[in-house]
Amino acid sequence: MARKVVITGLGATTPIGGDVPTMWKNALKGVSGAHTLEDDWVAKYELPVHFAARASTPALEVLSRVEAKRMDPSTQFGVIAAREAWADSGITEIDHDRLAVAFATGIGGVWTLLDAWDTLREKGPRRVLPMTVPMLMPNGVAAAVSLDLGARAGAHTPVSACASGTEAVHMGLDLIRSGKADVVVCGGAEAAIHPMPIAAFSSMQALSRRNDDPEHASRPYDLGRDGFVMGEGAGALVIEAEEHALARGARIYAELAGTSVTADAYHITAPDPQGLGATRALKAAMFDGRIQAEDVVHVNAHATSTPVGDKPEYTALKASLGKHVDSVAVSATKSQMGHLLGASGAVEAVLTVLAVYERKAPVTINLENQDPEIPLDVVTTARDLPAGSITALSNSFGFGGHNAVIAVRSV
Amino acid sequence: MASNEEILAGLAEIVNEETGLAPEAVELDKSFTEDLDIDSISMMTIVVNAEEKFGVRIPDEEVKNLKTVGDAVTFISSAQA
Repeated sequence: MARKVVITGLGATTPIGGDVPTMWKNALKGVSGAHTLEDDWVAKYELPVHFAARASTPALEVLSRVEAKRMDPSTQFGVIAAREAWADSGITEIDHDRLAVAFATGIGGVWTLLDAWDTLREKGPRRVLPMTVPMLMPNGVAAAVSLDLGARAGAHTPVSACASGTEAVHMGLDLIRSGKADVVVCGGAEAAIHPMPIAAFSSMQALSRRNDDPEHASRPYDLGRDGFVMGEGAGALVIEAEEHALARGARIYAELAGTSVTADAYHITAPDPQGLGATRALKAAMFDGRIQAEDVVHVNAHATSTPVGDKPEYTALKASLGKHVDSVAVSATKSQMGHLLGASGAVEAVLTVLAVYERKAPVTINLENQDPEIPLDVVTTARDLPAGSITALSNSFGFGGHNAVIAVRSV
Repeated sequence: MASNEEILAGLAEIVNEETGLAPEAVELDKSFTEDLDIDSISMMTIVVNAEEKFGVRIPDEEVKNLKTVGDAVTFISSAQA
């Protein structure tokens, strides 16, 4: 019998709230975090996309100037979310050799990397900051969280594009079940609202170009969807062996019942149109958590608002839940906060845990004409979830054919 | 040409920017590593910022000789001459 793992701490900094209470309040209300970018570089580089969903609370309002100086913006967000989750867990004493970190990013220190390149070209090698390498490395965020909390059982960085944050939670569960740690701080962080990634995602036609109406640009499942909206921020969860949580009398949000990761091996960016890899991931997570289709009441969908991406997820949900798919309340929270790339799975994991704990499904905004090929029961106003034992799933899929699913059960 | 007092004040500003230490803590007899707890990476940032501020070049092999704030002030002052 696998060790039971529970969730005891939550943290987030997102485009719709700089902490978990604010994010959750807005997620139930239904707000948009997407706005026109005021930066000079939008016009300077003639970017085809003029908007994004920035973190609602700038990192420098939370961190001191000196600590922020040594962190890439993605790491700043990660540390902010991890500190909130840690404080929320109420852990005061811990064997630090039994505390691990699994903190993901999709892209890593892109601001640091490109700033250093600009500095090299404009001012020469002498001016390239000595902290450049530790700031740009993708494991920088896991390392910073480990250093901050004194986590010595390992600091890991799963990187699987937009599935990274969910894969970090999957890894956290493995670390505890396999006995390598008793407590894991897992999560994901991203800060890629920079002209280069915007240009690159634009050139692959992945971003919405609704420049005159950013608040309505992210519209998963809507017939008028035309791409995703770049977001930024971080999410973090403290997960813990149940016996460890019980021994300290912790407040337990929910059980992390099962997780899984699969790969499509189909195409480098396009999702398998049959959703086979996603179906295998859903089935594997349910098997892992001993979950029947009828147990599932809510899904926090990956649903990025791209024309090609939203449909295979429906196919996969139908294949794994069968007829029960019609009875599941589906939330597409990227409609509100955009796509946080490697952080999205972690933030959505936080929302999924809260949905189970508070028994409320968050809102999908901008759904005006639902795509008839995706006949899901989409939550457009906050909805109560049933009493009794309930389970919710959260899906994430990433370029590279990565599929990751977590299953959260009420306690 | 900056006076030694101006160099000290400028260094204190750079150290404050990098580490958050109060500028008045940056005194001539203070050791960068022992007293001000400045690690080698911060030291390199401070050196490069000092080069720009005072228009001097501080060779890498010279940095290890700059043990105290006073050493740095003396070096910068002579390099400006």
